[in-house]
Amino acid sequence: MAAPAESSGWFPALAIAVSLLKCLFINAYHSTDFEVHRNWLAITHSLPVSRWYYENTSEWTLDYPPLFAWFEYGLSQAAVHFDRGMLVVANLNYASPATILFQRLSVVFADLVFIYAVKECCTTVREEKAAKDLLRRPCFVLAVLLLWNFGLFIVDHIHFQYNGFLFGFLLLSVARHLQARHLEGALWFSIVLNLKHINLYVAPAYGIYLLRCFCFAQDNPDGSLRWRSFSPVRFVSLGAVVLSVTAASFGPFVAMGQLPQVLSRLFPFKRGLCHAYWAPNFWALYNVLDKALSVLGVRLGLLDVAGLPKASMTGGLVQEFQHAVLPSVHPPAALLCTLLAMLPALWCVWRRPCGGRCFLRCLVQCALASFMFSWHVHEKAVLLAVLPLSILAVESRRDAGIFLMLATTGHYSLFPLLFTPAEFPIKVLLMLLFTMYSFSALRNLFSGEGSLLHPLEAVYLLGLVAVEVVCEVVFPLSPWQRTLPFVPLLVTSVYCALGVSYSFVRLYVSLLTQEVTEKAKRL
Amino acid sequence: METFTLVSMSILLGVLVRWGVSFNSYSGAGKPPMFGDYEAQRHWQEVTYNLPIQEWYFNTTDNDLNYWGLDYPPLTAFHSLLCAHVAKLINPEWVKLLGSRGYESPAHKLFMRATVLAADLLVYIPAVVLYCCNLTNGSTNKKVGTLLCILLYPGLILIDYGHFQYNGLSLGLTLWGVLGLGLGWDALGSLAFSLALNYKQMELYHALPFFCYLLGKCARQGLTGRGLFSLVKIAVTVLVTFALCWLPFLSNPEQALQVLRRIFPVARGLFEDKVANAWCSLNVLIKIRSILSSDSQFYLSFTVTLLAITPSSLKLLKTPTFWQFKLALAGLPPAQRSALGGHLLPPGLHVQHVAVATEGRLADALCSDLAGLPRLQHPPAVCAGALHRGPAPAGGLPQAGRVAACMPAPSGPGPHHPPEVLH
Repeated sequence: MAAPAESSGWFPALAIAVSLLKCLFINAYHSTDFEVHRNWLAITHSLPVSRWYYENTSEWTLDYPPLFAWFEYGLSQAAVHFDRGMLVVANLNYASPATILFQRLSVVFADLVFIYAVKECCTTVREEKAAKDLLRRPCFVLAVLLLWNFGLFIVDHIHFQYNGFLFGFLLLSVARHLQARHLEGALWFSIVLNLKHINLYVAPAYGIYLLRCFCFAQDNPDGSLRWRSFSPVRFVSLGAVVLSVTAASFGPFVAMGQLPQVLSRLFPFKRGLCHAYWAPNFWALYNVLDKALSVLGVRLGLLDVAGLPKASMTGGLVQEFQHAVLPSVHPPAALLCTLLAMLPALWCVWRRPCGGRCFLRCLVQCALASFMFSWHVHEKAVLLAVLPLSILAVESRRDAGIFLMLATTGHYSLFPLLFTPAEFPIKVLLMLLFTMYSFSALRNLFSGEGSLLHPLEAVYLLGLVAVEVVCEVVFPLSPWQRTLPFVPLLVTSVYCALGVSYSFVRLYVSLLTQEVTEKAKRL
Repeated sequence: METFTLVSMSILLGVLVRWGVSFNSYSGAGKPPMFGDYEAQRHWQEVTYNLPIQEWYFNTTDNDLNYWGLDYPPLTAFHSLLCAHVAKLINPEWVKLLGSRGYESPAHKLFMRATVLAADLLVYIPAVVLYCCNLTNGSTNKKVGTLLCILLYPGLILIDYGHFQYNGLSLGLTLWGVLGLGLGWDALGSLAFSLALNYKQMELYHALPFFCYLLGKCARQGLTGRGLFSLVKIAVTVLVTFALCWLPFLSNPEQALQVLRRIFPVARGLFEDKVANAWCSLNVLIKIRSILSSDSQFYLSFTVTLLAITPSSLKLLKTPTFWQFKLALAGLPPAQRSALGGHLLPPGLHVQHVAVATEGRLADALCSDLAGLPRLQHPPAVCAGALHRGPAPAGGLPQAGRVAACMPAPSGPGPHHPPEVLH
């Protein structure tokens, strides 16, 4: 499976090159997330543990699980040597040059986890025939697609977050499962779940897969479940790993009786169905449909204007809003839709697992299903589907086509995160660089097997260029900029939602047709 | 992977790195009263936009030559004028006569950085791409590797996008000249190089190889037949280019002389600050600057420079091949290092000049043609040896990107520090 490394210097070269590039953007724009993390450094450093989840001097309260708070605490020990001012809770929006340098460098160094995880993922890549040219080897392509991923780069190193660090643990756990080291994989996943609870999106995939393939030690000859092979030892050891990590993370707070408070911070359902900028998911399309129907209804005289909620959903506020024509959506409904969307993928894994790759496919499917239907999704969550899909993309032609659609669309939907003029060339250049590479490299990997994209898909992706020109060049110069300022965001969100939904459907179609063909083979 | 994709990706990466460096501080940021090169360029926009051409190089009440007076040839002035027109459209405050001194703002910084990028995109990068694709040997991967190395050369990026200058324009024009000569279009190559000379007098370092190569080539073709025709064509091209660039200053001999006085300020002595050349090093042992008079210094350095570059030029005259031309540009043992001879010895030097020398060396180091000849040292290593300087640069330099040791010289201490000389 793992290719022999005649000259393995290329991986460190890629890793060092991208790390140096990240350092160039230390002084670029950073979002309020910078202040969020500075505030958390201050809280964890200056206050006792019992106050961590109660502190609200700043509006950016601690809303990640406790393990991340411990991580920030560790960082704050190093921060002391840079600038003590950032560790004072009252120093809101404190951003001295030393603070910026420290925080930016902490992201770059935390990415070492990600680099290690990518290295492990590259060793799991199957190479049918070892290509002579380094640029044509799947492991090289995967390394570039992951290390130089556009979304991760701009979200982490410009917008400012620690996703590289978190995805490192997730990809490491995936790699371990692909290497059939399940307990270790479960350990890494428990850790990442306790670092950022957004990974709950993919927890069902882990749960079903580990139950089916790890706890039930053997299958029947025809591949179906052998109930007798349930191994209590394995089940208990799995449970022990997960529980011990969770206990280490939440334990102190349970002991202090603060669990409800922590949970209320972690799951703030008072925030609306959509973020201020709608993530390109199903609800974006739902909202637009609702808006269109309400406008149509008013025009046709079927609806009373006075009865409609004013400027709902597009005002840029994150409160709960009502839909005008279609039924309003509440958190339980969103949860139900998400679970229903995940169910077929989970069912496929349960019925006929085919090893690590099946699990990975299910993971991607769960991540995308959650992105499509969950409550208050951020557009950055698309990376949770794109990054694991990269591993599948370098091995299968069909997955490569879906990856190109999802990655390009998902990455483009991140553009509104960098709205300053100075950062405009960065996002355009980096997007072009990554997109050009992904198209070219994947096409080379699967050359001779036909084109990866359907012509209509290619037209859609080219349409992204038109959307960009209209939203960032034409519209700001037009008279509607003042009266309808939300239109560029709306257009971006809806256009990308089409692409993401399409990828979601295509992934399912490919999963289910695989099931059908395998069934036919067996008959 | 296709050549087009690889080349495009290299260009994208090169531009990305440039823009990344531009986020950081520039020369003289927040340092009144003189600030730095950034303010110099802004000031030239102000001067060229508001004052008539006759006053650009003269000391008048509106144009204080002590405050970053124009000391580049006319093409720089015209370029500043063009930038000033764009600046005026965006924000007239940026070029307000006397009122915009020391103007600093994020928007202005973005504008100035954008002008550098525009110049690079229009002149330098296309020249590099065409050079690597057409005039280097080897496989596609090797050509793209050369392209990437040249585009990512830190010295030029740090000076142009960090410190703030327009070296990409003059180097780009020179490279167009080299391209023209390499493809056999001598007249166009001469045109490009003449433009480069009229942009920065620093390109004089490369002038002798151009001259000797073209003269030798014409001589080879027969000075009575085709050779003479080529010679006349080239001469006319050069003269017309110079005439067009200097046209506004030719009406009055005093104008032309003043421009010359500004661009060759020999009164300033052998060298300034700390610089990696022979005079500075020699000065440690023998205090030349105090022993010799200003005029003697000038004649001494001129003679020694000429002596140092004569051997390679004579060789080039005798065997005017394109290969020999490239060697003369870059300098290679055993021939005397022409450009470095120029770099090491002439008066009033500044370290930015090494960018000129190493550019040529860099390109040649990667040429597979060099099989059999002593391999050129890796330019950054040469830089590291040559460029060790005194105090670390002031905070005005970018933090990241100190990959190569080719660092620009600091703006220098002292309140009344005159602007950089031949930079």
